[in-house]
Amino acid sequence: MNRIDKLFQSRKQNILSIYFTAGFPVLVDTLRTIQELDKAGVDMIEIGMPFSDPVADGQVIQRSSEKALSNGMTIKLLFKQLASVRETTDLPLILMGYINPVLKFGMENFLHKCQETGIDGIIIPDLPVEEYQEPYEALFEKYNILNIFLISPQTPDERITYLDSISKGFLYMVSTAATTGTINNFDESQIAYFKKVNDLNLKTPRLIGFGISNNETFIQACNFANGAIIGSSFIRALDGNGTLPENIHGFIRKIRG
Amino acid sequence: MNETFTADKNGYYGEFGGAFVPEMLRQNVESLRDVYHQIIESPEFQKEFTGLLRNYAGRPSPLSFAKRLSDKYGAKIYLKREDLNHTGSHKINNTIGQIILARNMGKTRIIAETGAGQHGVATATVCALMGLECVVYMGETDMVRQEPNVKRMEMLGARVVPVTSGNKTLKDATNEALRDWICNPVNTFYIIGSVVGPHPYPDLVARFQSVISEELLSQLREAEGTEDPGYILACVGGGSNAAGIFYHYINRRNVRLVGVEAAGEGVNTGLTAATIAVGERGIIHGSKTLVMQNEDGQITEPYSISAGLDYPGVGPIHAWLARTGRADYLNVTDKEALAAAYELTKLEGIIPALESAHALAALGKLKVNKTDIIVVNVSGRGDKDMQAYFEAKT
Ligand SMILES: Cc1ncc(COP(=O)(O)O)c(C=O)c1O
Repeated sequence: MNRIDKLFQSRKQNILSIYFTAGFPVLVDTLRTIQELDKAGVDMIEIGMPFSDPVADGQVIQRSSEKALSNGMTIKLLFKQLASVRETTDLPLILMGYINPVLKFGMENFLHKCQETGIDGIIIPDLPVEEYQEPYEALFEKYNILNIFLISPQTPDERITYLDSISKGFLYMVSTAATTGTINNFDESQIAYFKKVNDLNLKTPRLIGFGISNNETFIQACNFANGAIIGSSFIRALDGNGTLPENIHGFIRKIRG
Repeated sequence: MNETFTADKNGYYGEFGGAFVPEMLRQNVESLRDVYHQIIESPEFQKEFTGLLRNYAGRPSPLSFAKRLSDKYGAKIYLKREDLNHTGSHKINNTIGQIILARNMGKTRIIAETGAGQHGVATATVCALMGLECVVYMGETDMVRQEPNVKRMEMLGARVVPVTSGNKTLKDATNEALRDWICNPVNTFYIIGSVVGPHPYPDLVARFQSVISEELLSQLREAEGTEDPGYILACVGGGSNAAGIFYHYINRRNVRLVGVEAAGEGVNTGLTAATIAVGERGIIHGSKTLVMQNEDGQITEPYSISAGLDYPGVGPIHAWLARTGRADYLNVTDKEALAAAYELTKLEGIIPALESAHALAALGKLKVNKTDIIVVNVSGRGDKDMQAYFEAKT
């Protein structure tokens, strides 16, 4: 069974998934970052493939992507760095990035590499289901890589239900009408949206992402979904004053509360 | 091969087009796609649109016979005078159409990206006309080189937001406009300035700009007794003025359609914006098209002296016309464009925009006969480019 499915079968609550941009702040720390996240007790890791034009991302991930690219990160190099990752961790691993570099690498080649490396899923925000199914779905199945879909506050109920019906792994619930970033508190309309989705009784587990930055927002998200995804504020922490392990463990402790 | 100039229901021109947008934009793009046909084909819309084009923008734009230019190149050269439109370029055709659409959809806030500032000015103008809030994203590099247009937008009441990512040009401004739209999905309408972006924008913008070729048919019939020129020349940034002047000629195979890209310092120098010449298939701003990119699929920074052509993608319509061979795409360097701008000014008394100067510079690259009729789309006027023209002279 795919490690993502295994995770959601064994745990229904308080799942913490951490996103970081590969190649940031330094090129060579990808494996160490994964190792420390594993030790710190996170449940899943999303490895960001930096892109020159990340339109769904706010300032923090824009900057980390820019830095990672100028450090020399590429998809090719990332697969090299991850070649031995399965000696390091058994956590579900997801690659997240934009469609153009993946197409340039070649979709089949990419999925093949993912399988070889032990990657479990992919998140490509700018590959909507309409553009995914026809040419790529069969390939994802061939290599047993899960394609994770997003829903947002703007997604109509029928579409949420539809995405739920074809989803594997989990649904990525974007918390708000915004690019990635951080907020201190969810507002009423966000809570209403969380409740609404909760009441749809979807079959697919859900993680809430975008904006989660502290223990309060993490707990709130966990109240309405199986867990949460944190990116921007973790990337900020990576850029902190401590050593890499200190920055990572300190951050995860604060989130878990 | 089946050639069509209208997108299929998923927004594809052959293999190019589509709508590669994140879920956060899906609803916006979809609701636009669901209503645009019905709205823009309605008699009320058409009445208001054509009325404003005539009585506000000043259409039809003239078709000028360029006698001295014709003598020089040994052909009959006509100029389609989009430079004479209100606000000084073809961009107003599109913004009038989109603002009526936005208002019909109940939107109250307008955003736009701009490179040369012409689309920004045209958007700020229709926002003033309709009393709608207007925010324009513009790269810092472009704010410097097209400064007069920044002032115009501000006087028109728009807020111009400087963009500091990437090369600080059109691509980066478009990224920022898309991010704004993600953050403001309910009240905001994104008026895109060219035949780029996710479906339905390329189709929508091409339709609004098609007034150019519609007029050309009858103007040429009157002037020459034929609707069909031998050649039509237009510059291509995203490709909206070219799409507009090609539109009604697409199935008239005897008319040669020629798009002209900005070579910058030269197509092989790495300092270029000639996407069709050097790009590969990829996805930019929600559209599958030709894209300038490196071997890792990162979009590379384009370069052109012309802010309006300085874009590493091209509308999917043009990727398709290039692939099928229905249109030819040439490119001209900064230097050639500057020389062409001076030439038109001296021979015809018309100072063209730097973008349009690229189309004019391609005249010297055609093999023509005395009886050939050539129409060049003068997409805009050169007021905004005086600084570049002065610097080039010294
Ligand atoms: C005068 C003029 N012509 C052409 C362009 C290029 O746009 P398009 O290729 O969409 O016509 C611009 C863009 O700013 C412009 O201002």
